[in-house]
Amino acid sequence: MSNAEIIGQDPGWVIALKGVLVFAVCVFLTIMSVWGERRIVARMQQRSGPNRVGKFGLLQALVDGVKLALKEDLIPKSADRIVFVIAPIISTTTCFMAFAVIPLTGPVNFFGQETVMQMTDLSVGVLYVLAIASVGVYGIVLAGWSSGSTYPLLGGLRSSAQVISYEIAMGLSLVAVFIYAGSMSTSEIVAAQDKWWYAVILFPSFVIFAISMVGETNRAPFDLAEAEGELVGGFHTEYSSLKFALFFLSEYVNIIAVSALATTLFLGGYRALPGLGFTEQWLGGWFTLVWFFIKVLGFFFVFVWLRGTLPRLRYDQFMKFGWKVLIPFSLAWILIVSTLRVMSQQEAPPALIATFIFSIALIYIAIATLIDKKKAAQEKAARNITSSEPDFPVPVIPNTRVEQING
Amino acid sequence: MINLALDIGTTAAPESYLFYVLAPLSVLAAVGMLLVKKAVHSALLLAWVMITLAIFYIAQEALFLGIVQIVVYTGAVMMLFLFILMLVGVDTSDSLVETIKGLRAISIVAAVGFGGLLVTLISRATFGRDVVGLSEVNAQGNALGIAELLFTRYVFAFEVISALLITAAVGAMVLAHSQKTKSQFAQRDLSIARFRKGELKDAAGLPSSGVYALHNAVDVPALLPTGSPAPTSISAVLEARGDMIESANYQLKEEAEEDK
Repeated sequence: MSNAEIIGQDPGWVIALKGVLVFAVCVFLTIMSVWGERRIVARMQQRSGPNRVGKFGLLQALVDGVKLALKEDLIPKSADRIVFVIAPIISTTTCFMAFAVIPLTGPVNFFGQETVMQMTDLSVGVLYVLAIASVGVYGIVLAGWSSGSTYPLLGGLRSSAQVISYEIAMGLSLVAVFIYAGSMSTSEIVAAQDKWWYAVILFPSFVIFAISMVGETNRAPFDLAEAEGELVGGFHTEYSSLKFALFFLSEYVNIIAVSALATTLFLGGYRALPGLGFTEQWLGGWFTLVWFFIKVLGFFFVFVWLRGTLPRLRYDQFMKFGWKVLIPFSLAWILIVSTLRVMSQQEAPPALIATFIFSIALIYIAIATLIDKKKAAQEKAARNITSSEPDFPVPVIPNTRVEQING
Repeated sequence: MINLALDIGTTAAPESYLFYVLAPLSVLAAVGMLLVKKAVHSALLLAWVMITLAIFYIAQEALFLGIVQIVVYTGAVMMLFLFILMLVGVDTSDSLVETIKGLRAISIVAAVGFGGLLVTLISRATFGRDVVGLSEVNAQGNALGIAELLFTRYVFAFEVISALLITAAVGAMVLAHSQKTKSQFAQRDLSIARFRKGELKDAAGLPSSGVYALHNAVDVPALLPTGSPAPTSISAVLEARGDMIESANYQLKEEAEEDK
């Protein structure tokens, strides 16, 4: 029975309970990931991080949350009041919605009801996630606009331009997955990865997706929307108290959501690591949940690692990278993948496939050589600027010393 | 009349609830879009109308169409609208002054005409029929059904429209692009120009006084690799006044003699 059929038999209370559970898990993960991020970054910077509240500082994020909620809620005079209130609500609701289509476990026994931990199984589930993400951008844009001040407006524009451009690269990187899985449904994509993870066979897609998911979530090194050196706090500069907390929450839920999507699409979702397939039956199937969260938290760790390691990009370099590197590269990769797919479906002779791969490699080498040559010529032209007579106090070049120092 | 209304209401229960909740909301939003003053509010209400339309599509088993409607219209088109509205004027409300003469009359005529068209078309609708053909169309799933039509029967129209759209995009780019969008001399251009002069001495600005010399006061010129003073390293005024001190004056001669 496919996931869609199993979910179709869910009675109402199971659906409701699943919704509550997904929400609770997301909020809990956010609180824990704030703590985890601070501890990991602290360790990377040779500090100890929050360690006062509760064991290992585990309750720090909770306490911070309470503090945030008790702060004064300001709305600037020049703000557009309605939109100012709606913006964080849009951000928060949309970031939770993406979880509806992510399969968290295989078939399990849920209080006596045979089901899978997935709210709904749409046949275009991954597109649905993209659609939700694009609605989520409204929260950021409107927050920036409605604050009625310059920095938030700039931050809002930046981050929406960023999210839109990286969403294109992300969407393109997914095409290869769709072609190989033959479906856009999350559960079928997981099922199609029973032999090989798509992170292995579609490695370039995985790399593009991984880069663009950092851009999409406005995280370091791509956190230009809230570059504090340039824009104070970006789109949420004017927000305080619970409204700010909502943005904070949505940022972390978004990270978890894209990590979950990446896990589902490229790392086999809830399935066990290769060779450990027998663990999928443990605890009546519930052990798959452990696998899923191990992978998601792995992605989260990489997010934190990036933040602890890389400096922020300049905005124009960042956009150039998205439009001039990621998107053309994805397009070329899609062409290659779809050609190979058609060849293997039509059972083309291996010689033909080999020729195709060989010619692609040749074209790549030719283009790379041309670019290298052009670069070398430019460098040579730059180096040619020399003057015969010294007219600037530079160090004496060894062995050419003139025996004339000090007249 | 009541029977007719009841007949219309005989869709599946959840779908009809969905319709009766969302339809008034979307109509209200559509009317509000015309009535609100701020352009951004208008754009937002339009986005809401598009989302509700997408939900109706999904409810009527056009899942793919609904999702794509959100991705394309709400996510891309309306976002661009918002972008431009925000960039052009943050606080501007619509002004009601006629900039083109007779525009109001023309638009009223056009609106009445279009309304009449809609009314005549909608009034021809017959109620109470069963849904036909939906299951056959969706037999292979929504996305596959659309893809098959798009890439077989309507492939020519599809390609023509995409060519048209690309032409429009390129045309807009060409029209909007001008060479002089940059200020004439940005810092980068000045820097490049300095290096392109061919002489390295201009690349990094003038040398400071006292570089490689034996004293770093402002009146001691820097020394070139040949050992001669660099004239550009001190102020021209000092040089003209004769207030320039040779670096050689600071040579520690007595100590050097003691060493001997």
